[in-house]
Amino acid sequence: MLGEGILKGLAETARNFLGSYVGKDRLTTVQYPEERLPQIEAARNFPFLVYDGPDWQQGMRCVSCLICEKECPPKCISIEKSKDKKPDATGKPQFYPAVFNIDVSVCMSCQICVEVCPFEAIKMDVEFELSTDDRFGGLLWNKERLARSNEYYRQIHPTEAAAVDAHLAEDRAKLEAKSKAAAEAKSSATAMVSAQPASGVAAEK
Amino acid sequence: MSTATEAVRLIPKPTDSHECQLLEVSMGPQHPSTHGVFRMDVALDGERVVKLKPVFGYLHRNHEKIAETESYLGSMPYTDRLDYMCSLTSNWAYALAVEKLAGIQVPERAEYLRVITAELTRLQNHASLIGFLLQDMGASGTPLMYAFREREKILDLFEALTGARMMCNYMRFGGCRVDMPAGWLQQAQKVVDAFPRFLDEYEQLFTENEILMARTQGVGVLSGELAVNAGITGPMLRASGVNYDIRKVDKYGIYERFAFRVPLGDHGDVYDRYMLRMLEMRESVKILQQALRDIPPGPIMDPKTKIRGFRPKAGEAYGRTESPKGELGFYLISDGSSNPYRYRVRPPSLVNLTVLEGMCLGQNVADVMAILGSVDIVMGEVDR
Ligand code: SF4
Ligand code: SF4
Repeated sequence: MLGEGILKGLAETARNFLGSYVGKDRLTTVQYPEERLPQIEAARNFPFLVYDGPDWQQGMRCVSCLICEKECPPKCISIEKSKDKKPDATGKPQFYPAVFNIDVSVCMSCQICVEVCPFEAIKMDVEFELSTDDRFGGLLWNKERLARSNEYYRQIHPTEAAAVDAHLAEDRAKLEAKSKAAAEAKSSATAMVSAQPASGVAAEK
Repeated sequence: MSTATEAVRLIPKPTDSHECQLLEVSMGPQHPSTHGVFRMDVALDGERVVKLKPVFGYLHRNHEKIAETESYLGSMPYTDRLDYMCSLTSNWAYALAVEKLAGIQVPERAEYLRVITAELTRLQNHASLIGFLLQDMGASGTPLMYAFREREKILDLFEALTGARMMCNYMRFGGCRVDMPAGWLQQAQKVVDAFPRFLDEYEQLFTENEILMARTQGVGVLSGELAVNAGITGPMLRASGVNYDIRKVDKYGIYERFAFRVPLGDHGDVYDRYMLRMLEMRESVKILQQALRDIPPGPIMDPKTKIRGFRPKAGEAYGRTESPKGELGFYLISDGSSNPYRYRVRPPSLVNLTVLEGMCLGQNVADVMAILGSVDIVMGEVDR
């Protein structure tokens, strides 16, 4: 019968229309600013710089190694390395970025900076309500704008942050063990240099 | 009317008032159904198309030249932007070319992840393509919204896995960037299980619809011979009855492990192209069911491949995949440095567009939209 296909199709639309009043699987949209869908954990938007401790300037993990600047495909990161060293959150003197700018109007959220950073210093944010009427200044983020605490990182990407924290703690423990062993080896070597020269070698291993 | 200069006019200047009754119309570039910025210079004799000249290049962004100055990894996020509906298959094609070039092995689990993401990409591409096709033919909103509702679920899966919905930047040379988060597999299984129901609904809606049949059957016929000669690939080629699917021909990745069939059309008209995509989605669901069932645990990256300072030895390689739109290939020449000496994309959308005039001649002007919609183009890939 001519028109049967159309009627079948209309029945389908009617089912969807009426179904949207009862089932969530046919009404999938939400009233955005009032109602929000939960954020997906792996989501990424623009990068931010992680800092440890309360002070963003002191705790910044970035040591200004310029790797991300070099690897960023559209070259939207610009860093100026500091001339001097300042103690970081653990008290170790480090270089720091005197200037760290990301032009987010150019950034394409590719996450390559995150992947290449050896110091877990740059991570992806999930904030997306970023519109501004200042096209140039408002979209060139300096390091103050980029700095976010590690707590914030843990909050937005809990699984990833836990893995990063664990691996940083492990690195630090290893480093401490190594420096302790080195110090011990040094002291034992000086103390027992005449009595037992072999023990110093063993400790160093 | 076109503002084209004399040199590019399709119609000669009228000399005799009785002779030249053709009308030259410029369709696009801001036409709602040109799928981006694409222009067609059409000469009409009444309603009939007598000449058609596609004009593209509006979205050109120098992708290939930029890639020659980037590191190999640095081009990966740009491949997302070729076919922005299917970033994961573009990623795969590029990764495949580089892996060939450098002789990298991909671990088992990563291969499965690639198949799963690529077939999900095919599902969402075909579903939304059919939505767009019907939208072009005047079914405003409804089909497209239904398709987008399903696509949304797949995009949520992509976001949970890769962090982004469209610009996934997920595959790496020798594997994938991250493993699936907890619960992802179950969620994917749910989406895949529910998909055939959506396909049934979609078929209810259109397959026997008299208006659709009247508008698409016998329209825009492309013969198998012309399709082969013009280098057409993908669903377009198979709708013309040529059995050529790179997943079967090359068996790249691990495609030889899955049981699936390659649907073929026999008229090569718009309706066949529509129907073929419907059938292809069902086959993709089959592949997905098998892949989700069999995915083994294990590493997802080849441990020998470095992310930074990647320098394949000098040589050349061509890697190609069956992207949802056709054969997507990357041709790379390496001179041993950290960036490719030559980087070339073989975009299926562009090649499939080249027979547009052949399909449109003699058709009504309103059919041009349906024919263009059935080609499945993405301008990001056509213009690069
Ligand atoms: S963010 Fe990381 S890669 Fe970039 S300069 Fe700082 S430490 Fe280096
Ligand atoms: S996300 Fe990509 S584009 Fe943005 S700053 Fe990082 S590397 Fe550059």
